[in-house]
This record gives sequence, C-alpha cells and structure tokens, in this order.
Amino acid sequence: MIPATFEYHPASSVDEAIALLSQYGDDAKLLAGGHSLIPTMKLRLAQPAHLIDIGRIPGLSYIREEGNVVAVGALTTYATIERSEVLRRYFAVLPECASVIGDPQVRNRGTIGGSISHADPSADMPGAVRALKAEIRVRGPNGERTVAADDFFLGTFTTALEPGEMVTEIRFPLPPARTGSAYTKLANKASHYAVAGCAAVVTLGADGACTAASVVITGAGTMPTRASAVEAALMGKQLDEATVAEAASHAAEGLELMEDIHGSKQYRAQMAAVMARRAILKAAERARG
Amino acid sequence: MGIAALVGTPIKRREDPRLITGQATYVDDLKLPGMLYMAVLRSPYGHARIRSINTEAAKQAPGVVAVYTAQDLKGVVGNIPVAAPLPPHITNGMGRRGPLAEGKVRFYGDPVAVVIAESRYGARDALDLIEVDYEPLPAVVDPEKAAQPDAPLLYEEFGTNVAASVRPPTDEIDRVFAETQANGGIVVRQRMVNQRLAPSPMETRGVVAEFRKADRTLTIWSSSQIPHLLRNYLAEQLGLPQHQVRVIVPEVGGGFGCKLNIYPEEALAAFAAMKTGHPVKWIEDRSENLAVTIHGRDQINYVEVAATRDGKITGLKVHVVSDLGAYLQFFTDVIAIAFTLPMICGCYDIPVAYGSCDIVFTNKAPTDAYRGAGRPEAAYIAERAVDLVAHALGKDPAEVRMINFVKPEQFPHKMATGTVYDSGNYQLALEKAMQLIGYQQLRAEQAQKRAQGKLMGIGISSYVEICGIGPKGLTPFGLYESARVRVDQSGDVLIYTGASPHGQGEETTFAQIAADEFGIPIERVLVLHGDTDSTPEGRGTYGSRTTAVGGTAVYNAVQKLKEKMKQIAAHMLEASPADVTLEDGKFSVAGAPQKAVTFAEVAAAANFSNTLPPGIEPGLETTVFFEPEACTFPFGTHICVVEIDKDTGEVHLRRYVAVDDCGRQLNPLLVAGQIHGGIVQGVGQALFEGVVYDENGQLLTSTFMDYAMPLASELPPFELDHTVTPTPYNPLGVKGVGEAGTIAATPAVAGAVADALGLPHVDIPFTPERIWRIIQQQQAQPQA
Ligand SMILES: Cc1cc2nc3c(=O)[nH]c(=O)nc-3n(C[C@H](O)[C@H](O)[C@H](O)COP(=O)(O)OP(=O)(O)OC[C@H]3O[C@@H](n4cnc5c(N)ncnc54)[C@H](O)[C@@H]3O)c2cc1C
Repeated sequence: MIPATFEYHPASSVDEAIALLSQYGDDAKLLAGGHSLIPTMKLRLAQPAHLIDIGRIPGLSYIREEGNVVAVGALTTYATIERSEVLRRYFAVLPECASVIGDPQVRNRGTIGGSISHADPSADMPGAVRALKAEIRVRGPNGERTVAADDFFLGTFTTALEPGEMVTEIRFPLPPARTGSAYTKLANKASHYAVAGCAAVVTLGADGACTAASVVITGAGTMPTRASAVEAALMGKQLDEATVAEAASHAAEGLELMEDIHGSKQYRAQMAAVMARRAILKAAERARG
Repeated sequence: MGIAALVGTPIKRREDPRLITGQATYVDDLKLPGMLYMAVLRSPYGHARIRSINTEAAKQAPGVVAVYTAQDLKGVVGNIPVAAPLPPHITNGMGRRGPLAEGKVRFYGDPVAVVIAESRYGARDALDLIEVDYEPLPAVVDPEKAAQPDAPLLYEEFGTNVAASVRPPTDEIDRVFAETQANGGIVVRQRMVNQRLAPSPMETRGVVAEFRKADRTLTIWSSSQIPHLLRNYLAEQLGLPQHQVRVIVPEVGGGFGCKLNIYPEEALAAFAAMKTGHPVKWIEDRSENLAVTIHGRDQINYVEVAATRDGKITGLKVHVVSDLGAYLQFFTDVIAIAFTLPMICGCYDIPVAYGSCDIVFTNKAPTDAYRGAGRPEAAYIAERAVDLVAHALGKDPAEVRMINFVKPEQFPHKMATGTVYDSGNYQLALEKAMQLIGYQQLRAEQAQKRAQGKLMGIGISSYVEICGIGPKGLTPFGLYESARVRVDQSGDVLIYTGASPHGQGEETTFAQIAADEFGIPIERVLVLHGDTDSTPEGRGTYGSRTTAVGGTAVYNAVQKLKEKMKQIAAHMLEASPADVTLEDGKFSVAGAPQKAVTFAEVAAAANFSNTLPPGIEPGLETTVFFEPEACTFPFGTHICVVEIDKDTGEVHLRRYVAVDDCGRQLNPLLVAGQIHGGIVQGVGQALFEGVVYDENGQLLTSTFMDYAMPLASELPPFELDHTVTPTPYNPLGVKGVGEAGTIAATPAVAGAVADALGLPHVDIPFTPERIWRIIQQQQAQPQA
C-alpha cells in the first residue's frame, strides 16, 4: 500500500494552488483532507505526479451567515459541520449527514469541498449539498464562477469542475419557515459508505401540506440523484406515513443503479425507497417543529 | 496473614503498559544497519500459466539490488512446510509449492517474484517494471464444482482437484436412520455453508532476516506464533543446521492462527539476506494480508440428523467438503479431518455418528487454522443440528439440548466419534445462561412481538471444544511445551517459556502461577518468550493450549526448584528437608516457625554455592517439558437475542450472554478478555465477514472497504458468567479459553436469526440483502 512517486507542493493561497494546477495540468491533483485521495493513491488507482496540498491554505475553513445564505468554506471538516450550531438551526441534514460519515478520525480530516469534488457515488455529503440546492463557488485560471449543486454532479467521480478549477465555498440558501431536513443511510457493513441513502428537505404550508420537497438519493445510483418522482408525489400533500411511503416508492425512478457484493440493483432500488421514506418522515417531523 | 493468592484474581495484564504506550517493539520497528527491503510481485489472476518473466527493467531501477524468481531458488530453497501431508496425493506432492510460483499461478496473490531494494518505496516501484506474460486459464473457486470430473485442474498431473476423501462405510448410520423413521422418528437434512474468513490481525505479517556469512548464522525476526517450529522447518528449507538459525519473535499484534504457519516470505527474505549479505525486511501490507495470508473455515457441510419424536437424537451423519485453496500451508489438509469430524457430536450423547470428508483444491488462497480451526465448524454443525431437530419437532431448542447432553456423571466420556471428553456439566452452563438472560420472559416477549409482526429471535449455543493439545500421537510431532525456570541470586524468578504469547497475557498468568507457588510478590517474577536462543525448544501458542500445556510446564518446573530450595533451606536451618515448608516466601521448620530463612536467602545460597551441602548442585535452574496425557474440553452456553429490521434486512444483536467453563480460571480478567474478543470474531462470521472471489478467482474483498470487520458500535455489551469444572489432566485444572468465544458465538447468532425468521436454517453471513430477500419471499407466500 505504497503510492507511486509524487512531488508534494504545499500551496499557501488559492491563487498559488490554481497556478500550480495550471502548471502541472493532468499530472496534478489537489489534496484536501486526503481521505479519499490518499487511499486511492496507496492502491495505485491514482498516480498523480504532483500533489498540491490545499489543506494548509488559511481562511478556507469557516461557517458564516451572510444575509440569506450560510457560506461554508471548502476546507471545513465534517467534525466542524457536525458541531455547528448555525447549521443545526437551519439545515439539520448537514450535521446529521456529517455525523454518519466514517469514524471520528475520518470526520476530523475529511472536508466538504473534498467530498463533493471527489463525487464518489456512495458518499454522503454530495446528497445533502444537492438536496439543499447549494451553490458551489469555484475558482480557476479564468476567475470565479458559481455552479448550482444540481449542475455540479455529472456522474461517477465526475463533476462540472473544469481543469485548473477548485471549489472554494459551498453556499446554502436559508430555508423558508416550516422547513425540515434529514439524512438517512443504509451503510455498507464494510466501508460504511451508503448502499443507499437519502437527503430530504421538505417545507410545509400553514395547513401542513407540503409546499416544497427536495429529495436526493445517494449510494444506490452512479451519482447523487434527484428523486423528482418522489418530490412530485409529495407536493401539496399532507405528509402522513401512507403518503410518504407511496411517494418514496418512486425513489429509484431515474436512478442509474449500481451493483456490487454489498447490494444488487434490486436491493439498492428498494433500499432507496426505504431510506427516502425514513428521511422524508423525519424531515417532515422537523418541519412541524 | 500471608500474601494473598494471585491465581484466580483479576489482576491487570503486566504486558499492557508497554503495549498501550507505544514502547513495544514489533517487527516493523526494527532497523538494522544496511537493511534492504523486499516487495513481492503477485499474480493478478486466479489461474494462469506463466509464459515468461522479464526482470531486466526492474533490475535497472534505482536502488534495486536484486530481483528473484522461482528460477533463482531452484535447488536452494525447499518447499513450504506442511505438518501432516495426507495420502494419497499430498504425500506425492500435490499442493506443495516453493516460495515463488513456477510455471503456473494458482490464486490471486500467488507470489511470482521479489524485488530487493534499498528502500521500501523503491522496492514497490520496481514491481511495476517486472513483465510477466500470463496465459489466463479457467479457474475454479467453488469446491463442489472443483470436485466434478470436468473441472479445470490446478494440478493436471493428478487428474483431480480432490486431494483426499474420507468415506467410512455407512451401514450403521443408514440402519439407525431407517430404524428411527420406522419407529416414527424424524430425519432432518440440511446443507450449510461455513464461509471463508480472513483472520485479519491488527498487525499484518512481517519478517526481518539477517545472515552473518562469517559464522553462517541466520537470524529471523518474524511476527509468528511458532518461533521454534519456524526455526526447525526454515532450517530444513534452507539446508542449514537448526543451531545456525535463530528465530526471534518480537511483539506480535495478533495472530488468530494465521501466524501458525511458515510462509513463502520467511524463506524469501532469508534467501535474499544470504545472497546479498544485507539484512532484508518485508512487511506485509493490508491488501496482501487479505489476499495471501491464510483464510479460515470455508467448508460446506451436509448434515443429516435423526431423532425420536421426544427429541432424543439417535444418529448424526455429516459430510464435509473442505476448501483447501490453491496450496497447502502448515495444517491446511488436516483441519476438517482432524478437528471438525472428531467434534461433530458437540455436547450431545448421540449413539451413532458418521463423518465423511472431501478435501479439495480451488483457485483461492490456502485455508488453515483460524481461531477455532475446524472446531467452530463442528460446533456450528452440532448446534444447528440440534436446532433443526427442535424446529422439526416444534420443541424449545433449550429442551432438546437438555434431553441430549452428555450427563455430568458420564465423564470421562467416549463420544460416538471416538473422542474422549474429560469432564463437563453442560446442563449447569445452559441453566445458568438461561437464568442470566431471562429466557422464559424473552420467549414471552418474542410471542408478543411476533403477534405485532416484528422479528425477534433467540439463539442458543451449547458448545464444547477440544483444547490442550496434545497428547502423544495426535499430531505428527509431540505438542509438548517447555519451561525453563531460573531463580537468580537476588531471588528474582525468570521463566523462559517455549510458548509464544501474542496477546493472550501469559506474561501475567505464568507469573501468577510461579509467584503463588513460591510465595513471592509477582513483581519478582519475569516471563520471557520468543527467542529460540534463550528457550531452545518449544511449540508455540495456538489451539487454546498455552496455559494448559505451557502453564503446566511452568508449574512443574517451579515444583522441582521448590524441592531443591527446601533441601538447601533444610541445610541452612539444620533441619530435615521433610520438615521444611515454604510459605509466604519463607522456608521454616514445621513446629518452629521462628526458625526460618527467606526465599531470597536460599536463592543467594544456591547461586553463590559456597555454603551448599555436598551433593547439591550449584544454581537454581531447571528445564521441564510437559506433554499432556489427554486433551481438555472447555464448554459453555451462549445465548443471544436479535431483532431484524424488516425493511432493510439488517440484524441487530440486542443482547449476548456467555457462560463459559474453561476449568479453573487463573485470571478472570484475562478470561473475560479472551471471551470478549472471541465473541466478536464469532459474531463477525455470523453477521458481517466473508471472503468473496468471483468466478475467475478475482478477490472482491481485497480491502476493508469490502471485507466487513465487526465494529464495537455494532455490538451490545456482553454479559459474562462462568462455571468451573476442572480438568483432571493437568495440575492446574485449566482447560483453555482462547477460542471459546469464537466457537460459541457463530451458532448462537445463527440460531437466533433462524428463530426470528421461523426457519430451520439460514446460511451465514447474514448480510442485509440475504435476510431481506428471505423476508420478501416470506411476505410473497405467507406460510400456511
Ligand atoms: C476509513 C474511511 C471511511 C470513510 N467513510 C465515508 C463515509 O461513510 N461516507 C462518505 O461520504 N465518505 C467517507 N469517507 C471519505 C471521506 O468522506 C473523504 O474525506 C472525502 O470523500 C474527501 O474529502 P477529503 O477532504 O479527504 O478530500 P481528498 O481526499 O483530499 O480529495 C478528494 C478528491 O477531491 C479533490 N479535491 C479536494 N478538495 C478539492 C477542492 N476544494 N476543489 C477541487 N477539488 C478538490 C482532490 O483532488 C481529490 O481528487 C471515508 C474515508 C475513509 C478513509
């Protein structure tokens, strides 16, 4: 479990990191918490010749309220997210999601920016980021741009990041009143990544009927996938058990299902529905306050 | 009042401070001047012919000192040692191998070449430069398919993959089955899979080899359970006299049987050290460990059990298919035959038992002894068989156990398998466990939950195992243990044991034995092990034998020294040795307690020697070998409760009670530790673990991302109790406890899950999808 030879470049600023990325191109990789990249390198599945360490760049780890947005720096660790009062107040799904990732060591090192950039289909955080309809702030050689989470994830380990770009911030719009969110996952018993997981965000009207629903499935498919059919089935309805179960049964629609020794396609499809039902019920309960 | 006895008290392990403060030395901590590093190139195929190997580019790589293939070892390094080669084929070479593959690779990870380089990194990088031209061959990974006539052959020249078959005549068992049925009884049949497991010790394997050319002495540091056997066999493999090989076993971070082996890498590192004149280190990485260190279990069992309507078992017929993997390691071929078949009756007085076995080569890693080594499979067979009978008759599984137990007054008892059990009280352990867990209340709760459509199950495992090997003749070489005990001139006691503790805590328990017998504080006793130069002979630690055999050797050695010290004390006290007693570290004359000399004074006299009486040799030192006359049979009952999530198929272990009887307990804290760890591994087999290969022999569980180890967060607190039934076969009365938890736990959880689902049997491991599918089926076709 020894990685191939690489050159290590500690970057002291985002600009420097981007300059290094431009310089080394395809031979380079950014290193954040290292908890996806290093294992991959040790198995020699990735052999970057240059490693640009962004983990020491100051000022990229924060959770800030900025008007009607909460901004989270790309280097913010799961542990920080898990303990954030601000996040807990507005987006229960984020600390909840962070708390079921790996073990304390992983949560102390792994970053939200690293997780979404890596775009592992079995990872948890991409689901929460997408369900909350976050905006992802990206910096590259041509300056800064913002990508909607729905447009960010393109496939297995594939994102909208262009060569030379890095994620600097994830911006979460504050939710309307009576919004609740939750994350549930069925963990793979070996890796504890998601065999199937669901991040759900629901908003209820004064009468208790669902006025907005955002449901994203992790683990079961080849990428974190919006469960549009589930969302549609929730809209305008009272979120009782039967309604939610019926809606959740559409969770696998539109998923490009994965399959491995921890779960067949059929099982993953069913588990997506189970996780969706549980996450939506929990989110609705939180929305009711 | 005298010093409180130490034996029987829960004192903390003396080895722990150095282990938990990072001050212990493991193989990988060793750095020798001029040391080189070895990396091993391994087969990416399950089965392939090697057309050619080109090592030129690797040899040119920076820092590379040498690259070796099987060609280089020819005539220099012998085959990997096998303890007990079985006829007809293994005795003729089937399944034997040199340290590097020749002509063919037969499993994923099969070693093909090694690189010796100045750094570990350089060695690893150079592996990528070796070109091997493989011709992939059809592989066979299922032992039953491998036994078919048209299967791809691992060893073409033998015309079969079946290395040996044991098939006694079936007349008697057939008669019993027919009679039982004629009398209205039942015969239940079940195929069971006991899946392949990866032992996965926290410390992987590792070796450092150093060869001094001047005096041709080879020193091997190895993470091993068997320093002496390693020395003896490695010497033979390398053509060196035993005395020119010294094996040092430093701290070992777990073995579980997988380090009871002589592996290719030990000979390879030694060969490289001898060729290059430099010390050579090899440290196994985790993926190598999961791929090439022996696996355990991997049996398919066909179980047929006959019983009367009252639940009395009349006969048991078992056929075992044992998957050997691609090659033989130390005990690969005999695990099923020598350890499973003799124990299939469990604790039950079954009048007629029949066992047959096929041992079969497949394109997978070799199997061998993994914690329990054949006995977990036997306990699984016996416990599942009793549960099958209970299920078929609609009886409580506890009741069927009670009906069939060997009774306390029947010991020593010869089982239908021919195995003679030493002592036991199986009812007592079961009753105690039932009481502790509140069995009747749980059954009531279960009935309530069932009515609500919830799945809750209770599983019982009344296991018995065979320990304390071994008596003469049971194995190809005597499995005695040695102890050298020395009292130095300051009165400190040094114990050199031939056992090789690697986590079990004998540095503590052996010291307890000696401290009590001498009546001195434990601080004055030191237990040393793991160096064939300081303890010239020994057999090592495995099979839950170390306290029963090695502890007894210590005890006997101490008795001998005590006798000598009494003679010296008698001389000093001008009394007759017969009148001298040793108590609380003082030798005194019976009836005149003021006339006394201390333990230290006698030790000084013995070592200084000037004042010794004529006829008494100077010094206080003795070496004792203990070879038990018979095996010991620890037993107990474990009961657990599971709940199943109907939506996901996940099994939650809710409670776990263990009542174990390992004979006399020298240190209850250490016993509890062994039971805890054992249960975790047994539960791991039932719920999580499993080595998986695809049809081509590709390993799909090559990292912990895919091989599921049990986590503390998935386990309930264990509730432990015990009974004490000493063995008559050693003076300490101890039976062994190292494997008990592992042996007991798997069938307990298996019973609970089958019970929850209302089924006679479900194959382990209970992965969520497997259970979910069963629930789906049950919901699709509701039971009549
Ligand atoms: C034992 C273990 C268990 C785990 N369990 C889970 C789990 O249960 N659930 C789960 O979701 N994850 C799990 N993980 C993965 C963990 O969440 C990773 O930390 C995370 O996926 C990646 O974050 P990182 O900061 O470590 O990124 P790194 O590993 O440093 O980088 C990952 C990739 O993203 C790129 N990258 C990093 N930061 C940026 C950036 N700002 N902009 C652009 N590209 C960037 C890197 O170049 C690299 O390609 C586990 C990891 C381990 C080791």
